[in-house]
Amino acid sequence: MPKVEFTANLQRHVALPPTEAQGRTVREVLDRVFSTNERARSYVLDEQGALRPHMVIFVNGEPITDRLSLSDAVSDSDEIFILQALSGG
Amino acid sequence: MSDRVHVATRKGLFVVSRQGSGVWRITNASFLGDHVSMVLEDSRDGTTYAALAHGHFGAKLHRSRDGGNGWDECATPAYPERPDGAPPDVNSIGREIPWKLSMIWALEPGGSDEPGLLWSGTIPGGLFLSRDAGESWELVKSLWDDPLRKQWFGGGYDYPGIHSICVDPRNARRLAVGISCGGVWWSEDGGGSWACHSDGMWAAYMPPERKHDPAIQDPHCLVQCRHFPDTFWVQHHNGVFRSTDDGRSWQEVAGVPPSNFGFAVAVHPSDPDTAWLVPSVSDEHRVPVDGRVVVTRTRDGGKSFEVLSNGLPQDHAYDLTFRHALDVDDSGECLVFGSTTGSLWISQDQGDSWTPISTHLPPIYCVRFG
Repeated sequence: MPKVEFTANLQRHVALPPTEAQGRTVREVLDRVFSTNERARSYVLDEQGALRPHMVIFVNGEPITDRLSLSDAVSDSDEIFILQALSGG
Repeated sequence: MSDRVHVATRKGLFVVSRQGSGVWRITNASFLGDHVSMVLEDSRDGTTYAALAHGHFGAKLHRSRDGGNGWDECATPAYPERPDGAPPDVNSIGREIPWKLSMIWALEPGGSDEPGLLWSGTIPGGLFLSRDAGESWELVKSLWDDPLRKQWFGGGYDYPGIHSICVDPRNARRLAVGISCGGVWWSEDGGGSWACHSDGMWAAYMPPERKHDPAIQDPHCLVQCRHFPDTFWVQHHNGVFRSTDDGRSWQEVAGVPPSNFGFAVAVHPSDPDTAWLVPSVSDEHRVPVDGRVVVTRTRDGGKSFEVLSNGLPQDHAYDLTFRHALDVDDSGECLVFGSTTGSLWISQDQGDSWTPISTHLPPIYCVRFG
């Protein structure tokens, strides 16, 4: 199953330990992760299901291309990282 | 007289309390490092609400039942999915309005006979209602679906926002909301239907043909006199306006010293002719006039003014006070205001003299007496 890891900065607000979840796309994997942690969904995705503007998702080190639908394909050996952009002061 | 103030800042929420000696001190800090865009202490049940605006993780709402020591996250207002096939939601200046919560900009309790009912104003312009103390929220579609909403545009922010919500103390089904930039909107039926009445306001930032258009006015802050609720005051983008006929018409209050530009206004709870403003130079120079922080007070409905400076910095001070960063308590005696420079001042004599509580807080967005 794809591995999923979230930015450490998110852990201050909602616990999201590294996990594995079934799915053929980033959307399917995240839906499965968030199905047991609905509060976490709103920290990564907006209410329309798109990736928040200052968040980024990497699959095996490459940023996903579909930030709206998260349709980027993943395979069982892939590693998904959910990170935040560096900004602010 | 109140003995507690909630202070929402760029990097945390603070409580300032009056000590037995009469001295005010910061007595609690929550959400350190987080942008707190709004705070509300609901006097009906003692619950405190804090709206957060996480840069990365979106807007959130937290709730405390024990005076701010413990917090739990409750539901956040969320925009509904757009109908299938709906055309883009583009406003009159060509900007597409996202159906996504950008920021919680206003939180107000419903009437004393409506326990648990809350109103929330947001950017990009949605008004939300909770009937269960923040357990759930619904978009007030009657206002969101009004065709005139297309006229609204952002002022300061990219998208329009509801920053002021006045619940009529005589009848909680009567509401007035202030929108930047969308004028003042009124409901007589608890939000079921709406009409825009900004008659008398004018907009210097619009072409002459549009300057009196009610739905593009920029009321920076709208307040209602609690015990004489026919009187409203507005600090507008290009002046100060007052209504004494329950919002049916507005009269410009001219000659405000040292400037008619500002964001905040407060009205005495039992004297509708007494109001306070915190002016700065102008739209394009958002700093105090001559580097002197002052509060301007009228006691006669805007016929004359006093410029109050006792206890405030008068030399190279560049504090700006945002729209929610001035408040008056229920007695009308005690005032508090905060600044973008992190200064916080309290007056216990209607503004005649001021005492600094801190001059090194994070930028202050909102102050509210508890």
